[in-house]
Amino acid sequence: MATEQVEVTDFLQRHKPFSDLAASELSHVASRVEIAYYKAGSPILTFGQDNTHWFVIRSGAVEVFRRDGELYNRLGEGNFFGELALMRNRPVRFPVVALEDTLVYLIDADTFNNLFDNDEQFADFVEVEDRSRLRESSPDKKDNNALLTVKVEKLIEQLPLILPPHTSVQDAALRMTEEGVSSLLISNEHVSDDASSDDEPVIGIVTDVDIRSRLVAHGLDLSTPVTDIMTTQLTIVQSNQYVFEAMMLMLKHKVTHLPVLRKSKPIGLISHQDILRYESQNSLFVVKSIFNAQNVDELAALKDEVQTCFSRMVDEDANSQMIGSAMAVIGRSFKQRLLELAEEEFGPPPIPYCFLALGSMARDEQLIVTDQDNALVLDNRFEPKLHDGYFNDLANFVCDGLDRCGYTYCKGGIMATNKKWRQPLKVWEQYFTQWIDKPTPETLLHSAIFFDLDGVWGKKVWADTLNRLIRKKAFKNSRFLACMARNALLRTPPLGFFKDFVMETDGRQTNSINMKRRGTAPIADLIRVHALSVGAEGRNSFSRLNGVIDAKILPPGRGVDLRDALEFIAMVRIRHQAFDLEMKRVPDNDIEPEYLSDFERKNLRDAFQILSDAQKYMKYRYQPGRHL
Amino acid sequence: MFYLDKKALQDTPNNKPAGKGFNWTGEFAKRQKQAKYPALKHYYAQGVISADTPIAEAPLVALDFETTGLNPKTDSIVSIGLVAMTVKRIRCQEAQHWIIKPDTELKTKSVVIHGITHSDVADAPSFNRVLDELLQHLQGKVVVAHHKDIEVRFLNSALKHYIGEEIVFPCIDTMALEARFSRTIKRTFLRSLLGQKTPSIRLTDCRSRYRLPYYRQHNALTDALACAELLQAQIASHYPDDNAPISAIWS
Repeated sequence: MATEQVEVTDFLQRHKPFSDLAASELSHVASRVEIAYYKAGSPILTFGQDNTHWFVIRSGAVEVFRRDGELYNRLGEGNFFGELALMRNRPVRFPVVALEDTLVYLIDADTFNNLFDNDEQFADFVEVEDRSRLRESSPDKKDNNALLTVKVEKLIEQLPLILPPHTSVQDAALRMTEEGVSSLLISNEHVSDDASSDDEPVIGIVTDVDIRSRLVAHGLDLSTPVTDIMTTQLTIVQSNQYVFEAMMLMLKHKVTHLPVLRKSKPIGLISHQDILRYESQNSLFVVKSIFNAQNVDELAALKDEVQTCFSRMVDEDANSQMIGSAMAVIGRSFKQRLLELAEEEFGPPPIPYCFLALGSMARDEQLIVTDQDNALVLDNRFEPKLHDGYFNDLANFVCDGLDRCGYTYCKGGIMATNKKWRQPLKVWEQYFTQWIDKPTPETLLHSAIFFDLDGVWGKKVWADTLNRLIRKKAFKNSRFLACMARNALLRTPPLGFFKDFVMETDGRQTNSINMKRRGTAPIADLIRVHALSVGAEGRNSFSRLNGVIDAKILPPGRGVDLRDALEFIAMVRIRHQAFDLEMKRVPDNDIEPEYLSDFERKNLRDAFQILSDAQKYMKYRYQPGRHL
Repeated sequence: MFYLDKKALQDTPNNKPAGKGFNWTGEFAKRQKQAKYPALKHYYAQGVISADTPIAEAPLVALDFETTGLNPKTDSIVSIGLVAMTVKRIRCQEAQHWIIKPDTELKTKSVVIHGITHSDVADAPSFNRVLDELLQHLQGKVVVAHHKDIEVRFLNSALKHYIGEEIVFPCIDTMALEARFSRTIKRTFLRSLLGQKTPSIRLTDCRSRYRLPYYRQHNALTDALACAELLQAQIASHYPDDNAPISAIWS
């Protein structure tokens, strides 16, 4: 017989997620609580132990550590820990030690799972908290690796300094010194009150470096207006984007300061130093090392760093988009550095060219197990006899280098070393015209990958030219789309997903499943078809899907379901690879359901069902001859 | 539980057998034969853990009474709270709380303290109706209480009234433990020479010394829980290795 503990109930009631529970549910939970006291400095959870309870801190504070002993998080009264091990049914990965004398309430696995499975609000809160909580309130920022979970707005410490266009550089420098900032924004808003002042209130940005390199270095007068030295091509970040994304923007556009907008109003300015404060040793570090590498040997030696970075992001509960784009940026950096090295080796190119990334890298969905898919677009003045020797050498240098850096050769030969995929722009235009205007399932079978293309080096505008061509020709092209859809249906999710086996549609049972072939790839294929049909921009599956949802071609709610399904399947795949790495195994895409938790199995089943339904809908929508 | 004024604390008589070396196993065997009331006989029959059981493994039960006043002869129990525990885990699932119709008058003075009113006790069972179940909760476990004499004396007074027998059992007194710890650490004599106050051993003050949260008092179940947590904290602080025997802390 259980009797409710008033103090326990009262405490839980004051803290989320318990405060949202119904009274009867709450008192049930309270009546099942166990209580334990830990002296400061004593271990609460140790690495590798089985965890049977969810821990809620009643009083005191604890520290959560990484396996390498590095501090990961600090938690205090009302915070909880241990849920990851419960949800994934895995041994404890983050040891927990009492920082102060600590009293904890323990909630048994059954009670926790019950709440988690049946109460959506509860589950959401636990999962979201898991990602974003207390790290922010952790007292010392240097221990804080919150890059991946913290939004840009958290980095803002003060409103941006905004000055009108006629301000002299000297006055601007004075104001910057007064306010202790290294950059400022120039805005028209102060001078113009007409209707057009709504658009682009910020017309430029000036940084310390601009004053040095554009004013002092040129001996300009101190009374020069700021507009003369400002940068007008603004790279902007939205306040609700992740710090990580801001970092990516800086890397991509080679800028050191980003204006932060909230609803098109500038609310702050962040610098790469602001980000570095939060940064220790992940992707930025890897990217820097890549560009510092002096030869292929040094590049190849960074393979481990990439894996560490990947594991780290998984540990930090980054979502699949962050991981996919970070890995893609790293992959792109390898290509760029290899091309720089190749140009040093073979001299400058005889004619301009563009090096293309294809497939997952172009979609910003790269993971750790990946082969290289690339191609070369050459200037239309290309003459094989004169030029191809150079580009053949260049392609071989890059592809061999990539292989050594962990990006294995493409089995299908989709690489710049293949003469067919090393062609002038006009030939590429013919390829796409042919594929789209005279489609057959056979010709399109191996070319779907070309519809995800991104320029990584050289004349990147040619990649844009090709993407525009694709968008224009594929839009509402029912014959082409029907062929694409038919191919996209070749890979299907499994029918069922049981404790230790996978049920195939023909009734066969297997005990492992390739998460890429049966999960993420068919979803990416499906989203590509829809995106092409509505002319959606973007190559990342999530952003394509947003375009598809906006175009309202899917039944209500299906788009969002699909997004969740993709995220979940991708994360299972990602965590599996991280786990392989941790176990010192060669990571792969094959998952044995028996190693999944009930939670994962249940959600995978749902995700595969969503994919299966989405495929049926695609089959229906893109019937040959059906008017779109 | 009640706060005791200084006089009451000094006056408390020693509950007889006690002592660290006391043979509880033998005592229980003897009492099992003598006991007449079946539930009490059964209680003794379940025996007692051996004196060398490590503290960490000992099954315990924290116990607290609210009473109508301070004198066991003229006052009686109005509520009982208990919760099963070890020094590692307190199990709220195995907790119990009874409101008891007192055998003596429910005085307004005590109502103010524990908040149990005349209408609360009007339909409550009398002590003998919960006795058997109470004994079941205690059997095989070592009782934990803050100032155990109150619990022991009120329990025996009620037992005597209803079944004409008394009960003995080993007990851990968190208040006595705290006095012991603070003596060994702080040297009361020296402190008194220096005119310093003896550290308070009231439950709330003891708890705050171990950074345990503040709990509202005078609900028997909450007080039992508060006492249980205090013991966990005391043992974690003063017996950090898991090997100390239960005989080091019971009496």
